[in-house]
Amino acid sequence: MTTLPPPSKVKLGLVIDLDTCVGCHACAVGCKEWNAGGVAGPLTDSDPYGKEPSGVWFNRVHSYELQATDACAGSALQPAQPAQTLHFPRSCLHCETPACVTVCPTGASYKRGEDGIVLVDEDKCIGCGLCAWACPYGAREMSPVEGVMKKCTLCVDRIYNTNLPEAEREPACVQVCPTRARHFGDLGDPESKVSKLVAERSGVALMPELGYQPVNRYLPPRPRRVGEATATSQTTHEATETIDEQALPTALRWMHRMLSR
Amino acid sequence: MNPALSVIFFTTLSGAGYGLLAWTALGALIRQPARPLLLSLAIGLVLVTIGLLSSLAHLGQPQRAWRALSQWRTSWLSREGVAATVTYLPALGLAAALLPALLAADARSASIALNPLGAACALALLIASLATVACTAMIYASLKPVPAWRHRLVLPVYVLFALVCGGLLALAIHGFARVLPGAALLAGGAGAIALALCKWRYWQSIDATPLALQRGDAVGLPQRTVTLFERPMTEGNYITREMAFVLARAHAKRLRIVAVVLFALVPVACVLLAIATAALQPWLLTLAALSALAGAFAERWLFFAQARHLVTLYY
Repeated sequence: MTTLPPPSKVKLGLVIDLDTCVGCHACAVGCKEWNAGGVAGPLTDSDPYGKEPSGVWFNRVHSYELQATDACAGSALQPAQPAQTLHFPRSCLHCETPACVTVCPTGASYKRGEDGIVLVDEDKCIGCGLCAWACPYGAREMSPVEGVMKKCTLCVDRIYNTNLPEAEREPACVQVCPTRARHFGDLGDPESKVSKLVAERSGVALMPELGYQPVNRYLPPRPRRVGEATATSQTTHEATETIDEQALPTALRWMHRMLSR
Repeated sequence: MNPALSVIFFTTLSGAGYGLLAWTALGALIRQPARPLLLSLAIGLVLVTIGLLSSLAHLGQPQRAWRALSQWRTSWLSREGVAATVTYLPALGLAAALLPALLAADARSASIALNPLGAACALALLIASLATVACTAMIYASLKPVPAWRHRLVLPVYVLFALVCGGLLALAIHGFARVLPGAALLAGGAGAIALALCKWRYWQSIDATPLALQRGDAVGLPQRTVTLFERPMTEGNYITREMAFVLARAHAKRLRIVAVVLFALVPVACVLLAIATAALQPWLLTLAALSALAGAFAERWLFFAQARHLVTLYY
């Protein structure tokens, strides 16, 4: 049924730390490896070793540049920030009110009432592609080989899998992340580790104004420790660098004064 | 958005078909002659069926298409499927009601009298045809990630296109049976002009409205200016092929003029000529209808190709 279930108490999802993500694509590769054989498998590629390889991925890691911000532009809470790289892993956010489910004409798309995971029943999917159009986050990709829609399952075949050791019962992308930038848990429980992490780091939902109420949260990069000098020094030359004498140890300050004469 | 030919064929052909069916139902209610009514009923059903079959070509698993009739509670696509299927019943009912009149001596131009059941079928056909077109429009108008499709003129323009294309076809079919009154022809021209005005207003409006969200919003950092450094993969994927179609925005102006000339100016000129020259009337009206269909095709291509999906913010 594409009618949404009543809001679940348990809201399983991911918390992704944009501060520690280094853009290594391990989550994308780990996901592809597990899901090629899991419930969502096969994750077919077309022309995988040819000139124009293409295929279905549930994770895609984008890299952006955050432009430097002015000191005066922000409030006291947002000091000047230097330009920095942002690695942004994009995957299904398992929204609480997902339009990809309600637009589905067949009932193949559904949201689980017990834990909020959004799934596709590939045996019912007619491959019309409307759900992918309805998703602003680009979470769904059609497999041209099977002619059905594919999407992140939050590794539903791992997280409840009693054949795996308990420590491994989390999504593959979380397991493989070398910088522990990905966290998995119940975002419906305010006492869970992930919820506390979101509260502590002011985690955000993506494009909340669209009203889909994503469950996944992203932790923004921590403010960089920059003083007035380093924030503006990016384009300045050595000759114009200023030295804060008070910050120097006594011996170095003395040396600096001697050499400056 | 990627302008898939199967969807464009579907929305234009079945749109014209449902428009023709709606006018045929109205024609039966106001006692038009039986033969042109039956002919337009048949042509309408053929157009609708070709359109529906071409929409199946858009599916990855067309043999499961019947499943699309199940989720009408939430899905406009499902509602459209249900409405499209239901429309066949009153259409066939009306055809059965018109058949006896066809055997009458002067079926070409004598007005008909429907029995109550036939009239009920005609009324149901009128409602179901227009409802199907409205559902088609709502599939697009309900998609928040494509802001240009959320515009309030999307639904009226879809219905007007169906009524204008279908109406010109109906006039052409009736024109072959007898000389039509000038008022009916003028109404066809007026419809085309109203359509052009609505479409022009829509284009102006979407041109003047930038995307409300920036890349910063897409990555959860609305206070920062975010520029693209590197895409996830060197090759394209389903998302970039389906949602990130930029060709049309570069040629939009020229294509818009072509569309308006085809769906409004040519039909209006044909209608005016047809009023002046009764002998050429059916042929001029046929030209008007075909031109309007071609214009609808160009407009629909632009409707898809020009619309920007929010997911392109990531790319």
